[in-house]
Amino acid sequence: MTHQPYLMRILHDRMASTVLGILIIAAFLVPALNMLVSPDSALHVPSYVVTLLGKYLTYALLALSVDLVWGYCGILSLGHGAFFALGGYAMGMHMMREIGDRGVYGNADLPDFMVFLNWQELPWYWYGFDSFGFAVLMVVLAPGLLAFVFGWFAFRSRVTGVYLSIITQAMTYALLLAFFRNDMGFGGNNGLTDFKDVLGFDLRSDGMRATLFFLSAIAVVIGYLICRFIVDSRLGRVIIAIRDAESRARFLGYRVEYYKLFVFTVSAVLAGVAGALYVPQVGIINPSEFSPANSIEIVIWVALGGRGTLVGPIIGALAVNYAKSYFTGALPEVWLFMLGGLFIFSTLFLPKGIVGTEAIKVAFETQRLRLAKFLRPYDYAPGGDGR
Amino acid sequence: MYPNKFKARWLVLLSVIFTLALASATPASADEFTDAVQALNAKSNKAKTKAIGALVATGDERAAAVLDAFLNGKLFYRKADKRVFITQKSGSVYVLTDPATGKEAGEEKKSKIKKIPINNKLRGQLKGVLGAMTLMSADIDKRRHAADEVFKANDPSMLPVLEKALAREDDADVKDRMIRARAAIVLEYGNDTGARIQATQTLAEYTDPDVAALLGKMAASGQDPAVVKAASDAQASVESGLATWAFLGNLFQGVSLGSVLLLAAVGLAITFGVMGVINMAHGEMVMLGAYTTFMVQEIFRSYFPGAFDWSLAVAVPAAFLITGAVGIAVERGIIRWLYGRPLETLLATWGLSLVLQQAIRTIFGPTNQEVGNPSWMSGAIETSTGLVLTYNRIWIIVFSLGVLLMLSLIARKTLFGLQMRAVTQNRAMASSMGIRSGWVDALTFALGSGVAGMAGVALSQIDNVSPNLGQTYIIDSFMVVVFGGVGNLWGTLVGAFSLGILNKFMEPYAGAVLGKIFVLVGIILFIQKRPRGLFALKGRAVES
Repeated sequence: MTHQPYLMRILHDRMASTVLGILIIAAFLVPALNMLVSPDSALHVPSYVVTLLGKYLTYALLALSVDLVWGYCGILSLGHGAFFALGGYAMGMHMMREIGDRGVYGNADLPDFMVFLNWQELPWYWYGFDSFGFAVLMVVLAPGLLAFVFGWFAFRSRVTGVYLSIITQAMTYALLLAFFRNDMGFGGNNGLTDFKDVLGFDLRSDGMRATLFFLSAIAVVIGYLICRFIVDSRLGRVIIAIRDAESRARFLGYRVEYYKLFVFTVSAVLAGVAGALYVPQVGIINPSEFSPANSIEIVIWVALGGRGTLVGPIIGALAVNYAKSYFTGALPEVWLFMLGGLFIFSTLFLPKGIVGTEAIKVAFETQRLRLAKFLRPYDYAPGGDGR
Repeated sequence: MYPNKFKARWLVLLSVIFTLALASATPASADEFTDAVQALNAKSNKAKTKAIGALVATGDERAAAVLDAFLNGKLFYRKADKRVFITQKSGSVYVLTDPATGKEAGEEKKSKIKKIPINNKLRGQLKGVLGAMTLMSADIDKRRHAADEVFKANDPSMLPVLEKALAREDDADVKDRMIRARAAIVLEYGNDTGARIQATQTLAEYTDPDVAALLGKMAASGQDPAVVKAASDAQASVESGLATWAFLGNLFQGVSLGSVLLLAAVGLAITFGVMGVINMAHGEMVMLGAYTTFMVQEIFRSYFPGAFDWSLAVAVPAAFLITGAVGIAVERGIIRWLYGRPLETLLATWGLSLVLQQAIRTIFGPTNQEVGNPSWMSGAIETSTGLVLTYNRIWIIVFSLGVLLMLSLIARKTLFGLQMRAVTQNRAMASSMGIRSGWVDALTFALGSGVAGMAGVALSQIDNVSPNLGQTYIIDSFMVVVFGGVGNLWGTLVGAFSLGILNKFMEPYAGAVLGKIFVLVGIILFIQKRPRGLFALKGRAVES
């Protein structure tokens, strides 16, 4: 595995290529089934399902970012929701500016909530969000910078383990409290909402929904490739070494804090991009995204799917969120029992997650063999040399 | 003509008698008191003000009841003949009482009578006047209250009454309050500069926000320059005194918040310190303790309503035992499989907290439960300086210190404590010395959970008992533990009180939310400097 070219390695990883293949097919198929198939057909995918699936995919990207730091570097961040929300706010601010004078108060210069609060002019930190390019830059910069500064302090002073988890939680909690304040200029309790369009395309049109879904799916694929590239590189080896024996890695001469800082910042940027794709699809961003409970929930997607596998978190995020949508609708009382039970069950009985279970591995292996037999029956016939 | 003249005299006499008879029948001019009462039903507020003065001037003892009724909106007049009555609502009708005789004078429907309108200015005047009228009451509490009312109303017309009352007052405290009221009147309405300056000096002795406000008003009035200067000097001295009291008030609030944090965090500190386990379900143990209090109080309400004041004395051990038992179950069922994997433990206990919350929500419903304060915990110590110390807060401070004392005794004086400390310092070594570290873990976890349950009993007295109770405290408890340092009761104590006090002192300047944000950011920065908290354990054991 080590000496093959990067893309070949992924193709040979059955589980990864299957999941990525499904994602790429879905990226084209779901929009096509939504837009090209007539609504009467059984194959038609309704628009709300497209948006719902798109939302799950942004969660998958978020889970991927948590897996990069937790699964490969051993940093259990209980504050990744904050990076997700910051990316979301950056995108939301751009969309607020795009509303222009179509708001309730018809004020071209100020968003509705500022008019409501009797503000006279736009705060300085809203400058530039009129431009889409600047907003995209901020989607990357805001979470990245926060992660860099936070990580700089935390890793240099060797805050590790549970302590680090708790201060990441304190970070997102502090941001939650801050964004709840009206004076902050981010819409306070209600957050940012009533978005109309992005780059001139109506957010509620089927075409835009399909595009966002497509972008989310492709973002997960690209996110996977980036993470895979990092963890397979020499740098990735060091990161795994840090996870397994931090002191030893340090004594061997690696500057542990810089490696950690790099992974943490990349992961925060991925989370921010996920947030930026999430907000236009759900149409609102408010401070509850910062709540510590949200961030812990991300961790369980990773734990259930399988930490340190990169494929597992994608599966975990999709599975848990599908279950959440289903149960909060059908049996709202039961959902929290299930979620809580999931935490306990997966930590006690599935330490490697779904992907790490023997059954799945065996299933993939038999599938691979079956495919190989189908393609080259003579190799596997009695007397053939097989593989 | 003689007979005619005679006849005329008779007519005059008859008419006089007739008018007299008529007059006695109508209330218009029966006597001075009734006149004054009738005058209350005037059109303009100015006239009413005058009428109140006149009524007081009659010196009639019946006046107090009338004025009191007026103040409380019970003074009505009958539409038919404009007579004024004190009324009392009784079902759908109003019972009328004649103010002159104090006897009932029939009933009327609401549509037949009308309330005499009153405004806030009149209310202020009435309070002062009523105060003055009770200044000479035999009841000392009433006199004290009256002196305060007179001071607040600050009405020069009350000065004579006040002087009279002051002369015969022998209680020092009440006399003090009367002197304050007199000085206030002299300062605001007096004409003699010397007397007014002396009044400011008298007032400077009183540390009271109202006094400061009055002095400020006089200092800004721009009347007599000498008085203005004296008033502003006195104001400065009063305000510096008030600042001291405000500081004490903040300190009390901070210590009170600190004691709540201490209660919530101390159990966490034990489990984290000894077992290296972050118990995210700790807040839910607090919540279970609060619900135990609720259940115990329900039992007391149904079976022993007379002994309700004792309910907390039962609730504390009950909560300790119940949450302790839950703690053992959790440790044996979940946590012991996850030793050496602190991050997984964190996730599993978080899942547990969700399950416990939802279980309580399913059983008791999502709404707040009614938990009562026993009589010895309600009420407050109030001083005239604006300092309010509520009894429940005071008791919680005492309780939290008691719990801490008990824990430190357990840790230092018992065999279990010795084993617990040994395991904290070096688990492997302790095991090789024959300590069953598994059992120590289970009992420690039970102890930590039990303490959380007792904290829940205390918190049920000052907070809403709902399934979310634990969530509100869990992050703060973590902050206390990481700030104070792990496995050290002293660290938890210092951490809790310094965070509580810091929070409360930031609040006036930064607001509650921003203050909290600053504290959180401060802790995040603090951890960079001292990654193991304020009082870190020394030795190899802490390096996990």
